[in-house]
Amino acid sequence: MIHIENVRKTFQDLQVLKGVSLSVNEHEIYGIIGQSGAGKSTLLRCINGLESFDEGEITVDNTRLSSLNRKDLRLLQKRMGMIFQGFNLLERLDVYHNIALPMKFWGINPSSSEAEKKIRELTGLVGLEDKLHAKPRELSGGQKQRVAIARALVLDPEFLLCDEATSALDPEITKGILALIQKINKEMGITIVIVTHQMEVVKQVCERVAFLNNGTVLREGRPEELFVKPERKEIRDFLREGSENLPKYGVNIQLFFNGENNMDPTVTDMARTLDTNFSICWAKLEDFRDDVYGSLVINVDEKDRERVLNFLNERKILWEVLP
Amino acid sequence: MIAYSSGMTDILMTALKQTVYMVFWSTLFSVIIGFIPGVILTLTAPDGLKPNKAVYETLSFIVNVFRSFPFIILLVILIPFTRMIVGKAIGTTASIVPLTISAIPFIARIFETSLRETNPGVIEAARSFGASDIQILFHVYVKESIPRMLNGVVLLIISLIGYSAMAGTVGGGGIGDIAIRFGYQQYKTDYLVVCSVLLIIFVQLIQMIGNHLYKKLS
Repeated sequence: MIHIENVRKTFQDLQVLKGVSLSVNEHEIYGIIGQSGAGKSTLLRCINGLESFDEGEITVDNTRLSSLNRKDLRLLQKRMGMIFQGFNLLERLDVYHNIALPMKFWGINPSSSEAEKKIRELTGLVGLEDKLHAKPRELSGGQKQRVAIARALVLDPEFLLCDEATSALDPEITKGILALIQKINKEMGITIVIVTHQMEVVKQVCERVAFLNNGTVLREGRPEELFVKPERKEIRDFLREGSENLPKYGVNIQLFFNGENNMDPTVTDMARTLDTNFSICWAKLEDFRDDVYGSLVINVDEKDRERVLNFLNERKILWEVLP
Repeated sequence: MIAYSSGMTDILMTALKQTVYMVFWSTLFSVIIGFIPGVILTLTAPDGLKPNKAVYETLSFIVNVFRSFPFIILLVILIPFTRMIVGKAIGTTASIVPLTISAIPFIARIFETSLRETNPGVIEAARSFGASDIQILFHVYVKESIPRMLNGVVLLIISLIGYSAMAGTVGGGGIGDIAIRFGYQQYKTDYLVVCSVLLIIFVQLIQMIGNHLYKKLS
């Protein structure tokens, strides 16, 4: 469990983290999302001590980071694997020796039979058994990230930190990498912290998420709570929700649905029950992990406003009148 | 005519051996010694593992000072020092000292540039796995930079071949010395031509081996 409390960090004159607090539970996949420059990567680097912080505290399983000396910090880093946007593999080493690199730092001989067994096991996990002796330049972006994942797992970490790990990959490859990350979480029980600016990453794998904006956590919770009906303008701006083409007349009402209240019966039911007409102006469906969430904008006459809203309240459907 | 040619062959063979001898040892010594300031510059640079402006700027200044000395002047200035090290200031072995001294700042700068070209992301990755600074230095910086450092050594060897010609001033001998004394000062054009051709072949050979190794290592 990682507990971050009121962490502040300043680079020269620039305050990057302005009192960040959040908690990552054991065995979950936790997302930290936000615009670039929001301080996400800096926060992630604070968790494994690549970056120090000025104020506040980060606690990893009862270990307080600010109290650690260099040696204990290294021991903590051993428990945390990390992958990066740029993969960061050594160009001159083949796949096998890239994966083995962290072993060298901890006095494990990469040629020992034990090490070889581990590395073969990991290349199997990431699906690169046949590339053991390829150099990074012979691999595609997705394959390089798979090598980096295997390398991050070679010391049997309890945590995997992902810094924009899929930002340099195309959507199809991203899906594969995310599926692999999910598999690692499920099968090995590794707690995963993902820093990203990509909504699809959060939607596909994150169980909980923090939205970081301008050095502070704006919201923390389940992705569907944060993003299906975003309350904060900053989150809506981030999602770039398109509502500029809505009618200028009448009342525009946005309805929010999740997997439990399917949208079709409700909308047609409302038309029948209230004996009224309305137009559907905009709609979207989104997958959050295994559930479907959606939202729909309808346009009704001003005179029907109260009746429609009452009906929606009765049916316990989330709504919002758009300005 | 035959006697004359064999005389030339003998002279050139001896000179060639002297050149190889001077260049080999001064390269070896300067690479070993120059590695240290090269590493210190890399580590203390603003983007290094232990940024230290005072150390970096001072060392950088010293390197620049030594690099701006014309070799022929350095040769003379270093005479007392050379005498201290090898016991004499004249001869092929003695000329290794000034050659080495002039090569150290050169190779230090080249090693610094090579090492600092290492992808900072890779260094960060190593740090994230708990690597110590010394482990990062050898397992990441040096490991990744070997082909670039090798290129630098080729450059060094080639410029040392050039410098060794001036070693004739202190009785160092070598191909370049023959070219100056026989070819230039005694107007023996054939010596000048043969010496030049030998030097061209020598430099080409070194460059070819260097390129081959670079390809193999990277």
